[in-house]
Amino acid sequence: MDVDKKTLERMIEGNLKWDELKPIISGRKDQNRFDKIMEILQEKVKFDEKILLPLHEHLYIVAKEGQRIVKCDCGYEFGDYKINWKTKCRIRVRDSIDSIEELYPKFMGSDPKWEELREYFCPKCFTLLDVEAVPPGYPTIFNFLPDIDTFYEKWLGRNPPDKE
Amino acid sequence: MFKKPIGWNAKTIKEMLEESEKLIEEKKSYYGIERLSLKEEDPFRYERAYASLRGALVSARETALHVAASPIVTEIGELCFALYTPEGDSIVVSTGILVHVHTMSEGIKFMIREGYEEDPTINQGDIFLNNDPQCGNVHTTDVQTLIPIFWEDELIGWAGGVTHQIDIGGITPGHTLVSSIQRFDDGVYYTCRKIGSNDKIWRDHMISAKKSVRSPMYWELDEKCRLAGNLMIRDAVYEFIKREGIEYYKTFMREAIEEGRRIVIERVKERLIPGRYRAASFMDLPMKDQAWVPRARIDRISNHPMEIVVKGDGGFSLSFDGASAGGANAFNCDKGAMEGGQWVLLTQILIYGDKVNDGAYFAVEKDYPLGSWANPGDPYLSYQAPWGNLIPAYTTMMKCMSYGLFSRGFREEVVPGYGFTGDSIQGGGIYSAGPLKGERWMLSTFEISGQGLGASAVRDGLNWGYAMWNPEADLGDVETWELFQGGIPYLSRKVKPNTPGHGKYRGGANYAGVAYIANSEKVEFFAGREGLVFHGSGGMHGGYPNATSYRLIATNTNLEEIFQNRQDYPISDTDPNNGEFERFLKADIMRIPIGTIYPISLENFDIIHFSESGGPGYGDPLERKLESVKQDLDEGLYTSDIVKSVYGIVADYDDNNKEWKINIEASTKCREEIMKERKEKSLTFEEFWEHERKKLTEERLYESVSRMYSESLKLSSKWGKEFREFWKLPEDFQMEVK
Repeated sequence: MDVDKKTLERMIEGNLKWDELKPIISGRKDQNRFDKIMEILQEKVKFDEKILLPLHEHLYIVAKEGQRIVKCDCGYEFGDYKINWKTKCRIRVRDSIDSIEELYPKFMGSDPKWEELREYFCPKCFTLLDVEAVPPGYPTIFNFLPDIDTFYEKWLGRNPPDKE
Repeated sequence: MFKKPIGWNAKTIKEMLEESEKLIEEKKSYYGIERLSLKEEDPFRYERAYASLRGALVSARETALHVAASPIVTEIGELCFALYTPEGDSIVVSTGILVHVHTMSEGIKFMIREGYEEDPTINQGDIFLNNDPQCGNVHTTDVQTLIPIFWEDELIGWAGGVTHQIDIGGITPGHTLVSSIQRFDDGVYYTCRKIGSNDKIWRDHMISAKKSVRSPMYWELDEKCRLAGNLMIRDAVYEFIKREGIEYYKTFMREAIEEGRRIVIERVKERLIPGRYRAASFMDLPMKDQAWVPRARIDRISNHPMEIVVKGDGGFSLSFDGASAGGANAFNCDKGAMEGGQWVLLTQILIYGDKVNDGAYFAVEKDYPLGSWANPGDPYLSYQAPWGNLIPAYTTMMKCMSYGLFSRGFREEVVPGYGFTGDSIQGGGIYSAGPLKGERWMLSTFEISGQGLGASAVRDGLNWGYAMWNPEADLGDVETWELFQGGIPYLSRKVKPNTPGHGKYRGGANYAGVAYIANSEKVEFFAGREGLVFHGSGGMHGGYPNATSYRLIATNTNLEEIFQNRQDYPISDTDPNNGEFERFLKADIMRIPIGTIYPISLENFDIIHFSESGGPGYGDPLERKLESVKQDLDEGLYTSDIVKSVYGIVADYDDNNKEWKINIEASTKCREEIMKERKEKSLTFEEFWEHERKKLTEERLYESVSRMYSESLKLSSKWGKEFREFWKLPEDFQMEVK
């Protein structure tokens, strides 16, 4: 189904009622969804750099001075998208029972000897960007490394916006 | 003695399978098919043909489940059927526990590879039974019936049906036995065994089988249920052939699978982004103080690292490289179970509503490392409760694909994961009074089929309504479960607060039950769920994992006296710090932060509490709308203390209007304080790196965690190399288990 831009904007804001959202979930997907979402997001962000790919609720891969970098909607720049943006975050490690029980009732959270919680914040706006539940000493997980050129060139049949 | 081959064109069925595999390898398409000729030439006929078979399979399932006796099958439909090619590839499936569609495929291929055509021979009317995880099954409790379908002298396919049993005659009563540590504890094994001919189950088999399990009536009727469904499918195939012709059928079956394969590729290109996706999940198995056999007495946490690579041609690979080891526990998975898990999730994430068949299986390259829990390579280990690893492990697949779906703009499809299909409480006893005195009852509550689903990027997660292995999830009615577990009636089933994973969009919520032992003796009770770690790979984009499980059991209670005096009894454990159990009962009350426990003995009027799982959350909880938080409080999904500490919302209960009122001013201040705390209590990445690295180098890890690292480092050079590089450890670094 063809979902119009206004509906998509309301969907992104979490304002669609279930009877509006259900047909979008269960129907055939609109083939130009990516372009419509990109247009909405480019209008929404406060920075001027061209978005190459939305990476996260708050993070975008953008083109800046010949580089492809990860940028938060608050303006903070995390650097090269090929390097895990989490390594530029501020991180709170909840590795004590008290700190886990701030979030979960007693007995309903992990035992920090077995697993800790890591909260990754944007260093500028301190939005919570990711939570990892991992055993102590587990390497930071690099969740998604997109192949931007293949996506645009082979799948969409056009050059990426920074190579147009 | 010479017997004419049963394959096509005078080939044996083994030769046909080898040819099929060769063509897939060489041509990179199913059976080397280059064009979907039937669809191209007459699409309406092709679609009608597919729909007629699909309808026949759904109909067979709906009819057969009324033949069954097991409440698990009749109440929530724990069965499914599928139609296969002669080589064992699924063409079309019914609804139901679809995780088993590909597992039955592996069972058929096992029989072909082992030369069943020659001995014990494959004939029209033969019936084969399989529940061996080494031959494609998940665990022994899932029992498959397979029948060959002949047209004249040629094998033209197989019909298969699977049901989940209440009991399989294992080391303890139950269906997912956590105390099983070796094959010989897993219950009765049927390794693709012929159990009937001329469409009849042999009498000697039925006598033996019924003596091998603790629920003989359910066994017999479930066997008849599967056979009845298979015979209906065979009839539907014959009607199809009479209508469309045998040549059409032969071409159709292969092109339908190739179309299924192509649909996966097309959907990947439509919905994802090429690139590398990673996530990891973990599962605890605290057996150090529980296991009966000395070598099983270790505390274990499993590592489930997943990497998916979506390629430029739309194909993708899936790897569990870095997974920790299998061992003397019930959570080992064989490849068939892993294939089934991967297949069933693909049918939910990418290929729902279209040609759901083994085409999805052929579209994905898999790596289940030998020696790991995902492929131990040892048939003598236990494979009784592989779900313990499989279910959390495949949350990673959902999460990985959700990163792609989000970037592509399909935010409504994002789901970071799902709750564990537990609290799997099990056991059983013998009635000591009443009309069933002396008979056994089995505790196999299958309300585990209704768990919390993860939040999406645009809405909250589904409450109490998801099971990864059955897309038609249903937690069933209490009254139905009590029919076969009358020795443990419910005192309540009630929404359990604080189960959903926190987030801008919260995960699905869930219930908890309270039940007591009645009119019974020799009662055993055990359970399986995560407890010391969060389930699965957690939330996404700032969302948190859903709450963990714990055990709450009251023994030596005064419940009988409470009943006699018509006093209040506990119906929930809303606040585990200050619970109803303590308020209403005189009893020995045990709360432990462990979800998986070995069997314990219970007496009449002892009480258990069990909690189903919520789903993981999405996004920063501080971005959750105030009205959504109010609704959570009004519906009892969260308590006000958690709402304040996580969501920064201060609320007071209005006793007059029976609703929660948000204090806007206090909430604004509270959210500001949480932001301040984020700044004050967070570290730079460099500080974090030093902090974490010391845990590794200063040997401060608990033994289960060091064991996990030790196993993963030994089993994987790639994962191990990245681990060592990340922490700047020596190239030969190994972890010692303390």
